[in-house]
Amino acid sequence: MGISVEHYFVLSAILFVIGAYGVISRKNLLIVLMSLELMLNAANLAFVTFSRALNDMTGQVFMIMSITVAAAEVAVGLALVVAVYAHNESLDIDILKLLKG
Amino acid sequence: MLTLFSTAVLFVLLQAHFAAVIQVLVYAGAIMVLFLFTVMFLNLTPEALKFESRNMAFKGSLLLAVLLFVGYFAAMGFQETFLHTLAIPSVSENFGTTEGVGKLLFTDYLLPFELTSILIVVAIIGVVAIAKRRES
Repeated sequence: MGISVEHYFVLSAILFVIGAYGVISRKNLLIVLMSLELMLNAANLAFVTFSRALNDMTGQVFMIMSITVAAAEVAVGLALVVAVYAHNESLDIDILKLLKG
Repeated sequence: MLTLFSTAVLFVLLQAHFAAVIQVLVYAGAIMVLFLFTVMFLNLTPEALKFESRNMAFKGSLLLAVLLFVGYFAAMGFQETFLHTLAIPSVSENFGTTEGVGKLLFTDYLLPFELTSILIVVAIIGVVAIAKRRES
């Protein structure tokens, strides 16, 4: 019977949950950012799957928008990681509970 | 990283060739290289990564993850009748090609496309501002 639409959605859900789990449970700032990328990737997969299933290329257009946002987000996020490390000498995410500069 | 490439392969299977190329170029070419560059640039000492992993949060997050998963499938089961009507249709000739996506991107979705360029400019300015403030 091959691969059906549901399989893509299940894979997308699994990827999203793995990413969400990483964001919540990890304490390393870099790993948290990577998990965030994984969540965005899962959303992209759902976009493209819907685009195929409904025979409408709009989903792919928005998937490209989503990738653009992901790229901008990771650039800003990694700049913040560098700033945090230069300031604290650690990537522990619990340091960031202090908002004092 | 393997996941990102595998997703690109799935995009090809879904007849979204342009999306697959963009996925490889942006994720593997830009984002992963940026991550590796940052790890290299930080020159992390082993002491900097020594902090105990969380215990209570671990269990709580596991619970939350399972809840998310179950909730997703509950929502999907609710729409099962909808999904079963989605037999994968045959597609037109330029589905998922650069031509097809580009035509849609520059006609119907021109405004969101321009807005993303503004977003990128804002991101560039923000990153430069963060990097500059560190020096002084």
